[in-house]
Amino acid sequence: MLLRLRDIHKSFAGAEGPVPVLRGVDLDLAAGESLALTGESGSGKSTLLHLVGGLDRPDRGRIEVAGTEVTALDDSGRAALRRGTVGVVFQQFNLIPSLTVGDNIAFQARIAGRHEPVRATALAERLGLAPHLAKYPEQLSGGQQQRCAIARTLAARPALVLADEPTGNLDEATAEEVLGAMLELVAETGAALLMVTHSQHHAARMGRRLHLHAGRIA
Amino acid sequence: MTGAVFHALLSHWRRAPLQLFTLIAGLALATGLWSGVQAINAEARASYDAAAATLGEGRFARIEAATGGEVTQAQYVALRRAGWLVSPVVQGRLGGVRLVGIDPLTAPGGIGPAAEEADISAFLGGAGQIFGRAEVLAALPETGAEPVLAPDVAPGTALTDISLALRLLKRDSIDALLVAPEQPIGRPELAEIAPDLVLRPPQPGSEVGRLTDSFHLNLTAFGLLCFAVGIFIVHGAVGLAFEQRRPVIRTLRALGVPLRRLVALMLLELLAFALVAGVIGVGLGWLLAARLLPDVAATLRGLYGADVAGGLALRPAWWLSGLGIAVLGTGLAAGAALWRIATMPLLAAGGRRAWAMAEARMARGQGAAALALLLLAAGLAVWGEGLVAGFALLGAGLIGAALALPLLLGAALGLAARLAHGPLMQWFWADTRQQLPGLSLALMALMLAMAANIGVSTMVGSFRATFAEFLDQRLAPELYVETADDAQARAVEALLAPRIRAVLPLASVEIEVEGIPTELNLARPDPTYPENWRLLRATERPWERLAAGEGVLVSEQLARRAGLSLGDPVRLGPETALPVLGIHGDYGNPLGQVIVTEALFAQLQPEIVPRRFGLRLDPAEVPEIRAALTGMGLPEGAITDQAAVKRFSMQVFERTFAVTAALNVLTLAVAGFAMLMSLLTLAALRLPQLAPVWALGLTRRRLAALEMGRAVLLAALTAVVALPVGLALAWVLLAVVNVAAFGWRLPMTAFPWDYARLGLFALLAAGLAALWPAIRLARTPPAALLGVFAHER
Repeated sequence: MLLRLRDIHKSFAGAEGPVPVLRGVDLDLAAGESLALTGESGSGKSTLLHLVGGLDRPDRGRIEVAGTEVTALDDSGRAALRRGTVGVVFQQFNLIPSLTVGDNIAFQARIAGRHEPVRATALAERLGLAPHLAKYPEQLSGGQQQRCAIARTLAARPALVLADEPTGNLDEATAEEVLGAMLELVAETGAALLMVTHSQHHAARMGRRLHLHAGRIA
Repeated sequence: MTGAVFHALLSHWRRAPLQLFTLIAGLALATGLWSGVQAINAEARASYDAAAATLGEGRFARIEAATGGEVTQAQYVALRRAGWLVSPVVQGRLGGVRLVGIDPLTAPGGIGPAAEEADISAFLGGAGQIFGRAEVLAALPETGAEPVLAPDVAPGTALTDISLALRLLKRDSIDALLVAPEQPIGRPELAEIAPDLVLRPPQPGSEVGRLTDSFHLNLTAFGLLCFAVGIFIVHGAVGLAFEQRRPVIRTLRALGVPLRRLVALMLLELLAFALVAGVIGVGLGWLLAARLLPDVAATLRGLYGADVAGGLALRPAWWLSGLGIAVLGTGLAAGAALWRIATMPLLAAGGRRAWAMAEARMARGQGAAALALLLLAAGLAVWGEGLVAGFALLGAGLIGAALALPLLLGAALGLAARLAHGPLMQWFWADTRQQLPGLSLALMALMLAMAANIGVSTMVGSFRATFAEFLDQRLAPELYVETADDAQARAVEALLAPRIRAVLPLASVEIEVEGIPTELNLARPDPTYPENWRLLRATERPWERLAAGEGVLVSEQLARRAGLSLGDPVRLGPETALPVLGIHGDYGNPLGQVIVTEALFAQLQPEIVPRRFGLRLDPAEVPEIRAALTGMGLPEGAITDQAAVKRFSMQVFERTFAVTAALNVLTLAVAGFAMLMSLLTLAALRLPQLAPVWALGLTRRRLAALEMGRAVLLAALTAVVALPVGLALAWVLLAVVNVAAFGWRLPMTAFPWDYARLGLFALLAAGLAALWPAIRLARTPPAALLGVFAHER
């Protein structure tokens, strides 16, 4: 199993004491599988994704990614996990504004030590970014920026792709187009995909779906 | 990974060249101003050390005439015969050069030049040799001796064999005898061989160096202030740059860059900037020092008689310390920002709003720090003593006031917002208040620079007024004449006494009062003194009692150093102790001064015949008396009129403060630059705040005018705060630092027109600084303003 979550608990500090967000989540995801995580706002979807990516730590429970216990890793270990095993696609794109589109696409593969210029170029072409490689992110439309973020993630060949509402900032037509490209490319690389989404329609395009409600898998 | 991350970090500056320029320029200016001052200090100290090495000043005990006169050859021979290991020294002016004669055969080790060509037989034999720096050798008149280049000889000094020096100076007696550290046991006491001579023990450290310490301390304090203003600029630029990079830092971490590596790379980036800016700064410092050094050299010569080389040497310790201070300054300016980056949680919401909230939290701490520093300054003002306490008071007061400035401005703007009518003005005041955190560092720099300007110009102005009045009092005689010998002195007095209103003999001898080096001066009873001199404190009828030999007058610095008050006895000899009748100002004199009546002076120093005279006469008679004196064989150079002496004294004064004035202007210019850079940097961030107001119906031109008005208003409020701070600074300089450094206190004079002019200048500078961003805003295409809404998420 590529991803295994057991009894994950997480709460955040509130004005009147800790506010529980996740209350004992169990989840498994095999290599090459795609899973949509749906739920209302505040149900803990993004928090769960952050915990899997090592961006945050659970209060309790165990997370394993590709046989590594994430919950036991220190900050450097979690950074190494994000570099080498996990790729994250954010709703806000999170491109580096001072780097060109070409440099942005190559960036994560470079820091992971897996940069293949041919692959980066091929991804840019597949995602329609080839004419824009010398531009800066602010010169692209929202859809193009998200395609750039997807190319950046996939160029590093991660075993697990985490996507946090990747089409949340895009109009319906663009969202369809971007999601289609992402699913196609992820399938080609054989990576597993865990995607958080509000859209039932998008969730229906994934292999499996789970619904989070009040911090638990419903 | 490292290369890719470093590239990503550096790419920020390619997209923000103005920020990079601000950072490098701020740091280079700070380093330049600081290292320029340090170069001047280092050059001056090297000159003092060279003087000490050349003449053994301070290193060896000296035997001198007790009366301050000369040592005869006979006394020297008698001492050598009695077993004393002493070596003669003579010095005098030859052309514009100080010529020093030594005896290389008897001089203690380490005295004299270390030129490679030094050859003892050539030095002593034939036409002899004269050692000196190139400019000194060039300035010497024709002597017949061989000039030898020796860069280690003190500036302005030429060194030669004593016999040649005596011949060239037309002298037959020597000034002093240097005493070798090792002396034979059992030699007779000095008093037995030469009772008229006294042994002065060696004094560690160069005497000139000690005298000029407070001058250099003042320069250093100014350099530090300039540096602080520069660091304010860097702090603002780095803080803003790091703030803008927060989202990128989060992204980099989210993509798997370890925090430790990221912080290390950012440190490396800052170090690289610091070194680049440091090299530029050291170059600027070099240029600044080279420009100011001639003035400083003239000042030190005028004030302390210290010769300082006019040229600048590139000393490794100096430029290394310049680079060091650039790195240290970067660390100081960037430390807090880097710490915030290093400790920020990976997932916390970023953005400028978070920054503004963090700034608000910091404001409370800043207020507490300001209050603590101002209380410390108040405590030091009341209880502190000495120069270090004076400078601590300056530092605490200035930093405390600077920290309090944003809080005071915030309160003033809050009050204005409450009183505002109409939505536009309410928005204007609220928006101005929101801008305060981003501009506060530049405003603090402006406030410090203005306060320094007010403080220093008030100090210099007060000093000038006091000094001019002091010269009028002291230089009452219409003519001054200096005779060559005792016989000529008596002849001049006999000639003039029946022809003019008064002949006032002038003589001075160095003595010690309570262990303090002091000049003993004489005053002939004459209405000139009571009519012109203003005593700072006096008993009843001081001049009458002085004339009657019932007491003495002492200078303010002697009174302070020796703790003397009116009526306290002053010991002038084994059996002579007289009360203090009055205390007079004696500005610019590093020595203390005691004035006694002529009769008492003759009694205390019977061997001294006054050779200088102040002549009181009708100004119309000046040409006639001058002719009579030259007719007696006195050279023109021996007769000086009052106006020439005053002119020379004021020239020395003006040159003394030329350096201060130059640094003052530079500090203000740096503060103006800080304002411009802050406004330009902030202008790029202003669109999201201005676009909604534009969309609601305000024209770009009107918005630009409001932006300019905001800058001018903030500068005006800053000037209002700077005025009392500057006046307080002036008070500290005049009443605390001056007293501790020089021993005299100056009355403070206010110069309202100067302050008004400075205020206008600050407003103009702020207006000009805001003009460029305002023009850019007025010309911002509507598409850019609409882009704000398109990019809002």
